[in-house]
Amino acid sequence: MQFMLLFSRQGKLRLQKWYVPLSDKEKKKITRELVQTILARKPKMCSFLEWRDLKIVYKRYASLYFCCAVEDQDNELITLEIIHRYVELLDKYFGSVCELDIIFNFEKAYFILDEFLLGGEAQETSKKNVLKAIEQADLLQEVRPPHDLYHMLTKTMFMVVCFSGLDLNAN
Amino acid sequence: MPAVSKGDGMRGLAVFISDIRNCKSKEAEIKRINKELANIRSKFKGDKALDGYSKKKYVCKLLFIFLLGHDIDFGHMEAVNLLSSNKYTEKQIGYLFISVLVNSNSELIRLINNAIKNDLSSRNPTFMCLALHCIANVGSREMAEAFAGEIPRILVAGDTMDSVKQSAALCLLRLYKTSPDLVMMGEWTSRVVHLLNDQHMGVVTAAISLITCLSQKNPDEFKTCVSLAVSRLSRIVSSASTDLQDYTYYFVPAPWLSCKLLRLLQCYPPPEDGAVKGRLVECLETILNKAQEPPKSKKVQHSNAKNAILFEAISLIIHYDSEPNLLVRACNQLGQFLQHRETNLRYLALESMCTLASSEFSHEAVKTHIETVINALKTERDVSVRQRAADLLYAMCDRSNAKQIVAEMLSYLETADYSIREEMVLKVAILAEKYAVDYSWYVDTILNLIRIAGDYVSEEVWYRVIQIVINRDDVQGYAAKTVFEALQAPACHENMVKVGGYILGEFGNLIAGDPRSSPLVQFNLLHSKFHLCSVPTRALLLSAYIKFINLFPETKATIQEVLRCDSQIRNSDVELQQRAVEYLKLSSIASTDVLATVLEEMPPFPERESSILAKLKKKKGPGAVSVTELEDNKREGGELNGASERGPEMAAVAASNASTPSPSADLLGIRSAAPIGGALTSAGSLLVDVFSEAAPTASSAAVNDDGFLSAAPSSEDPAAPLSDADELLNKFVCKNNGVLFENQLLQIGIKSEYRQNLGRMYLFYGNKTSVQFASFSTTVSCPGELQGHILDISTKPVEPLVEGGAQIQQVLNIECLTDFCDAPLLNIKFRYGGALQNLTLKLPVTINKFFQPTEMTSHDFFQRWKQLSQPQQEAQKIFKANNSMDTEVLKAKLLGLGTALLENIDPNPENYVCAGVIQTKSQQIGCLLRLEPNAQAQMYRLTLRCSKDSVSKRLCDLLAEQF
Repeated sequence: MQFMLLFSRQGKLRLQKWYVPLSDKEKKKITRELVQTILARKPKMCSFLEWRDLKIVYKRYASLYFCCAVEDQDNELITLEIIHRYVELLDKYFGSVCELDIIFNFEKAYFILDEFLLGGEAQETSKKNVLKAIEQADLLQEVRPPHDLYHMLTKTMFMVVCFSGLDLNAN
Repeated sequence: MPAVSKGDGMRGLAVFISDIRNCKSKEAEIKRINKELANIRSKFKGDKALDGYSKKKYVCKLLFIFLLGHDIDFGHMEAVNLLSSNKYTEKQIGYLFISVLVNSNSELIRLINNAIKNDLSSRNPTFMCLALHCIANVGSREMAEAFAGEIPRILVAGDTMDSVKQSAALCLLRLYKTSPDLVMMGEWTSRVVHLLNDQHMGVVTAAISLITCLSQKNPDEFKTCVSLAVSRLSRIVSSASTDLQDYTYYFVPAPWLSCKLLRLLQCYPPPEDGAVKGRLVECLETILNKAQEPPKSKKVQHSNAKNAILFEAISLIIHYDSEPNLLVRACNQLGQFLQHRETNLRYLALESMCTLASSEFSHEAVKTHIETVINALKTERDVSVRQRAADLLYAMCDRSNAKQIVAEMLSYLETADYSIREEMVLKVAILAEKYAVDYSWYVDTILNLIRIAGDYVSEEVWYRVIQIVINRDDVQGYAAKTVFEALQAPACHENMVKVGGYILGEFGNLIAGDPRSSPLVQFNLLHSKFHLCSVPTRALLLSAYIKFINLFPETKATIQEVLRCDSQIRNSDVELQQRAVEYLKLSSIASTDVLATVLEEMPPFPERESSILAKLKKKKGPGAVSVTELEDNKREGGELNGASERGPEMAAVAASNASTPSPSADLLGIRSAAPIGGALTSAGSLLVDVFSEAAPTASSAAVNDDGFLSAAPSSEDPAAPLSDADELLNKFVCKNNGVLFENQLLQIGIKSEYRQNLGRMYLFYGNKTSVQFASFSTTVSCPGELQGHILDISTKPVEPLVEGGAQIQQVLNIECLTDFCDAPLLNIKFRYGGALQNLTLKLPVTINKFFQPTEMTSHDFFQRWKQLSQPQQEAQKIFKANNSMDTEVLKAKLLGLGTALLENIDPNPENYVCAGVIQTKSQQIGCLLRLEPNAQAQMYRLTLRCSKDSVSKRLCDLLAEQF
């Protein structure tokens, strides 16, 4: 895998992970181009597209798009399930994950991704093992896990327009 | 900001993120960010030492700001400090910042590497994993230098924890991808292969990515992995859906690992060991069987995971291409998917079938799905799926179904998505040519193409139809008739007018017997389109008219009338005016005989690779060309190297040279003879450019004195020649035409011709982007002594603007004054999107270009050979063959060298003997060549004897690179 992008329906980038060295300028250009292309596609269209010499695999979960760029010989369907497994991991960790969790705890989203994929390849596909690693790390922290903080802070202090969770069965 | 007390998580961060989210406008957001940046900066610079928690919080804020898309130019040092914190969370944030925001600050890299080194040797697995993640995320060369030796040790050490092994494997993979030269194979490699047997599935999953990559590069060293992979796969495939516990994904056992195992096997040929192969075939059959079983879950994840394995298995079956039974089963399975309700599956089935179509075992099976695929082309709602359907139709096309497929593609073209039209046009053109049984069908198809999608019919396509019509006299009459009918349409595409003008100009006589298409009717029809056409087309039509005068003397008066009118003879376009003037003059002063000779029918074009195919390949990359095509091309032999195609224009120029005594010396002479070639030239009109340059070269002495003319003064120094400039040069020693250089922006094509000591080179600069090149300038310079004394090169400046997709050309006139070694340099500068592009190439002007072939008898040859017997007159090299030693290829190269290839001279028929005279202004240099191939040893001995010793050496050096 060459990179993974998470962006919202409004086109806001929520997470970016690059597994190939690219300049910041190039990254921004790629992001802009792909966000535009994918947002323009209709729901029933196929989840794969050819883009430059790469294959783009994407899927929408509620308000978030997950988009991966893989190489020509890579398997599209298994990449779709990489995305799904990542969503499952986020869901399990945050407890019914939604876009706001990823915004407020972006660093956690990165840590989970690093346990699951490394250098663009699957490192550990067992949900249990990935979460175990993350939870162990959390135990090393002297504070409460940030998702508690988020629930305490955001859901009460700020008026949050309804954000549904990333429906795991969506789309 | 409210004061944040320690122990309350990163509350400050959450508040900041909320603030940003509440910003109503971009400006407000920027204001908020700037305020925060100022705050953080003051904190970092402040006198009070920050505690670890605050540092972590601020670094995290900076990271958030960066991820919003803003530039961050400080905080790196604080992040590096966090790396050496003994608090896990601080360390973790430090590493995250470094991974996302690393820059090549060498001072920092040293500090980062130090911190990583400490963590790697800490023996604390969580710290080790963090450090390994960081290396894998950054993957820079500096890190490879520091850790490429250490990581393999961690990977295979007996006491390493599983989770660390997993990270180490993928970390090493990343380093191997960035700096393969720094990762040394060694004792660890064999132990890595055995990780395939590890009992921890996570370790196997991580290790297999590394093993696959290493096997691709070093297949021999890793070939023991094949049997290990097969047994692992077989264990997974035959396991019950719950055996693998958490590695079972929606009732599918270890889908990721299964795919990776199948992928790894695709790095190797089928296993030789019968038992291993049997086991593997069994696995593949089980996978195919499972596809037929009822699903264990309705969830899409279940079917995706199952089918991911199925598609990977099919890829392996196609890769082996040796099990007809499996290939046909695969094809049937994909056939079912073609009508599946999941768009994704239809897409993948179409894609996968494309590769199946090129296997001889499954080609027929694929063909049975033609109706479904045609239906997909018509009804799929997603353009990317339709594109796959079009690709598959193209791949399954053969003589038996070509007419149906071409017809379907043509009708699809009428409504096709704009983005794929050009490619569709190329494909239709190729299929029509490749499977044409009768050429009238071919001509019909291409004319239909122009009618339906004229805008997308590139030059290559209409050049090709003309080449074929000219080469096949059985279709000329039909072509003339059809094109005449097509032109009757009130609105027809300009490309149709071009083809019409060309074909009627050549073969209008074949239909002139019919009063409905009498010469005058033909002429009036063409001329009725004239005023709506662009300049290049009008130029082509003018040439068609002069050909009409020759074909049909009765049209002479009418045509002269047209040429004589002010809108032609005084046309503001120099080219049109010139053609009108010259053709008018030619038609009035030349006798019928001269006219007939000058305007003779075009000679057949040499058969070579279809230029359209070359274009398609370029468009889609080599992968897009199906196997059958590649094989077809191989049969065409060495011609592939001469990928430069001769369009009708070049042929016309060549024809003109045949009858022009000296191409550049006598400009007046060429003027009078010009219309011969000019008459035939179409859009590009090379010769006319040559004429128009006559004035500046003659009038401006400066140009000649300088020996070269720089296009536009430029402050930037010309770049040093490309590192591969010599290789590029070598490509052209034995040929005159082709692509000299190509990168993502620019393509430079060359066509050149030489006579005596004179040469003319046409350089074509093509803008491959869709953006204009500004300040485009080229400079030809001769390094050192070449200048003015040895080579005299003149040219005129090129247009400073090159539009996106456009091509401009430049003509160089070259005179060889005396023999030389170094090649002249061509420097090109332009601005692309503001950035200056500056590149220097060597112009492929080598001494052998000025060869005149000399025929001689065996007796003469050996006599001269003996005369040139002084040691310094001879140069010899013995070298290894770099290319095919095929006789025909060698002969073609030696002829391309410019010498005469002498038959029956050398007593050994395997040897080649050539003779020629190099023409320079100051002297003539006789050269004899002998090439002795030794097919067994794959070696050559090359000997040259020349009347001038420096030439022997130079030729010997040049030629040694060619074979």
